[in-house]
Parts: sequence; structure tokens; C-alpha cells
Amino acid sequence: MGIPAAAWRVGPPSAVMPLALATAALVLMALLSVLALPRLQHTLIRARQRISEHIPRARHVPVDEYDPGRELRAEQRARTLLRSCVNEEEWAMYRELGFLRVQGTLDQRPYAYLIYPHKPILAYVPSTNHVLGEYCVEFPDRTRPYGSSRLPDSDDVLAKWIALSADERSLIEQANMHLAGRQIRVAKARRDLVRLACWEREHAAAREPTFHHAEGALTQ
Amino acid sequence: MKLLRVKPGHGEVVLAEGDVTVPEQYTELLEAFRRELEAGMWAAVPTSTRSGKREAELVRSFEEVPTDAERVIFFPRAAGGR
Repeated sequence: MGIPAAAWRVGPPSAVMPLALATAALVLMALLSVLALPRLQHTLIRARQRISEHIPRARHVPVDEYDPGRELRAEQRARTLLRSCVNEEEWAMYRELGFLRVQGTLDQRPYAYLIYPHKPILAYVPSTNHVLGEYCVEFPDRTRPYGSSRLPDSDDVLAKWIALSADERSLIEQANMHLAGRQIRVAKARRDLVRLACWEREHAAAREPTFHHAEGALTQ
Repeated sequence: MKLLRVKPGHGEVVLAEGDVTVPEQYTELLEAFRRELEAGMWAAVPTSTRSGKREAELVRSFEEVPTDAERVIFFPRAAGGR
């Protein structure tokens, strides 16, 4: 007595076939991944080596060559140079407030810039203290003499001051312009403009007695 | 006349110094000037107006440098920052 053909069937043929194919695919993938794993690891290691060969590594500075006072001395020299280039009032402004102001000349309407070290140049309207925008500009020294392309703070301010004084249009065209508040918060900019106004009032008041004194001396 | 260059980690460096009326020193200054411009630097001469306002003038050749200029400052070219 033979087994009836229907007894061999676990389920309907349409349901069994996809299950069997999926299982076979999974087994095949597992086998392939086991076989390919060592080769994949080898390829990854070689790729990492190639990348590290092409990316220049940070210059290793031996501990005994490292000079912690170098940046400070560089900044002192930069301050001396800046002081010799700008006038007394501008120098006092930078020393006391940490930024320089330069008047803009490209428009009939009055506007000005605030120059911060290693921050965007801020354009604003002096009459309203309305901040117009930020001009991001850098002076990278590609020779990187000490592993850095960044100028000392006061040299960065001097470079911006020179470029704005000598060729404002060219500098502004080279800079990337952003809306106000991108790097320098609008609140900080407004606060600095208020500080600048107070500073100017104090300086004007400090100059006045000298003027009166001189005037008095002249009239006597 | 002094040729100065601002440098990262250092401040300014004196590249050359001399009198433009002395031929040997003029040549030395000229060569140093050209070398910096070829290296991609900008050159500026600090000036002051009659009213006492301080300014600067960018120069593109040694001939543009006023003969009575005390110094020329070289600094890296401006590039758009982030």
C-alpha cells in the first residue's frame, strides 16, 4: 500500500517555494560573507594606509622645541606694528574695546565697519546702530612657518584695516557676506556699538578740558 | 626703507632694509619686494594725510612705492572666510 502523494505536501506549493528560495539566499549570503571577510578587511586596511599617506600629518613638534611664549611675543610685536600704523584714537579704541572702526566709502549714505581679530568684519549704520551684515575674510599664510596659517590677532586686524583703507571694494568683493548674527551675535554687536558710543563720549569729554584750557591760554 | 612681513607665530619679520638711493641696496630691496609678490603676498605702504588721518596704500610694483616711504608691509592675500 503506497503513501498517498498528498501526504508529502506540507502546505500549498505557492507558499513553500518563496520560503525555500529565501532560506537558500540567506545561506548563500552567509557563505559569501564568510569567504569575503578576510579580503574585505585587507582592502579596508590598504585604503586606510593610502588615505593616511595622502593627508599631510600635523607637524610633530618635539616637546623641548615647543615654546609657550612664542604666540605671546608674536602678539606683542603685532600690537607694536598696529600701533605704529593707526592713529592714537584708533589705537586707544582697539586697546580698550578690542576692535577698530573704519568708515565705509562706497556709498553716499554713511556706514562703517567694526574690525575684530579673527572674526568677520561687521558692517553697520552709525546713526541707527543697525547691523547690515558680516564680511568673512581671512589672510591665510600658506607657508605655515610654525604649523599654523593664522596671523597673530593684531596682525589680522592690521591686514583688515590696511585692506579696507586701501581698497575697500576689492576686499568686500573677496569676502563671503553673511547676514548679521551668523558669527557675531546681534546682541553682542549692539552692545559693542553702545560701548563704542560711550567710549567716544568719554574721549570727547576728556579732550574738552584740554581744549578749553588751550583756548583760555590763547585768550589771556 | 624697511620691508616687513607679518607671519603666523612670529609677528613682523624684517625682510630687507636699505636706502633706495644706494644702487646695491636698491637692488636688494627690489629683489626682496618681487620675491614676496611672487609668493602671493600683498604689499602696503602706511601713509598719513595732512589732517593726520592714517591710511594705507596697496602697491603692486616696487615703482609704485613712494621713495620717501619708511616701510612696506607684506601680508597674505585676502580670501573669503567662513
